[in-house]
Amino acid sequence: MHELSIAQSIIEIVTQDMPKHNLTKVDTITLRIGEITQVMPDALLFGFECLSKDTSLDGTKLIIETVPVKGHCKTCGQDFVFEDWPYGCPECGQADIQIISGRELEIVEFEGS
Amino acid sequence: MIEIKISLVKNVLEANERIAAQNRQFFADKGVMAINMMSAPGAGKTTLIEDTIRSLKNELNIAVIEGDIQSTYDAEAISATGAQVVQINTGGACHLDANMINETLSQFDLNLVDLLIIENVGNLVCPAEFNLGEYCKVMLLSISEGDDKPLKYPVMFHEASVLLINKIDLLPYVDCSIEKIRQESLKINPDLTIFEISCKTRQGLNDWHDWLKALLLK
Repeated sequence: MHELSIAQSIIEIVTQDMPKHNLTKVDTITLRIGEITQVMPDALLFGFECLSKDTSLDGTKLIIETVPVKGHCKTCGQDFVFEDWPYGCPECGQADIQIISGRELEIVEFEGS
Repeated sequence: MIEIKISLVKNVLEANERIAAQNRQFFADKGVMAINMMSAPGAGKTTLIEDTIRSLKNELNIAVIEGDIQSTYDAEAISATGAQVVQINTGGACHLDANMINETLSQFDLNLVDLLIIENVGNLVCPAEFNLGEYCKVMLLSISEGDDKPLKYPVMFHEASVLLINKIDLLPYVDCSIEKIRQESLKINPDLTIFEISCKTRQGLNDWHDWLKALLLK
């Protein structure tokens, strides 16, 4: 979808935070991306590589942790891991599912010197 | 050199969320109800907005933000109704974001406006991910797009408060089951309010107008 603008946000967030920790170089940035965020990891990696060229994040590696989709059935109270969009509770079949995880789009940490 | 690890845990879209919250506050201060209208290209957003402005002109003062990649066609159409309108050309971006909305707000006189309709870029994917500061999201699906769309694009159906199934006058000519759209949309979002409408025959539009008027009492 909009991987390029997400890559740009990642670069802005990390480069703004670097001086606070006296970092001049970042080796890795770890991201947590939910499985139903509509973000394509390959497109994000490519966008990041293009946009980080000649910035202080040139050569920084993105590590992407994917977060599985978990839902809570509001009818029977069970929590489940879903392979796909949580259509209906596998236990009682009701549609009223609260999505607990799978929509994350977060920077978890970064490492550098 | 010492290698250090910084824990951050920051939402990548945080900047957008922050500006969306500012927009939301601005709308609240001005007493304006803002809705974010989303659909695929050609589903009939602009036609519905024009019709809504004309139908409710004695009851509601409506202003519009038009989002398109290119052109001012839509703003011109809205302008012909007499409503205030600002066109945003994203120049390639496939969705509106909170900052684009924020930058247009100084171009409106919102003091007398009741309802601000933000027409997003035609796209069933990206607009669903970006909050603009709206009160709710309204989605259009025209029946010629097919009844498989809810399961193909679940995020947008999940985020919307209202689904307008549009162009129902075309039902005799297209292979589309409105019942399937209803069932599968509700499977994704049981709280979805659904209206079946046609801007051509005007079927169902009264229900939509009543819903809008009730919204403004909130």
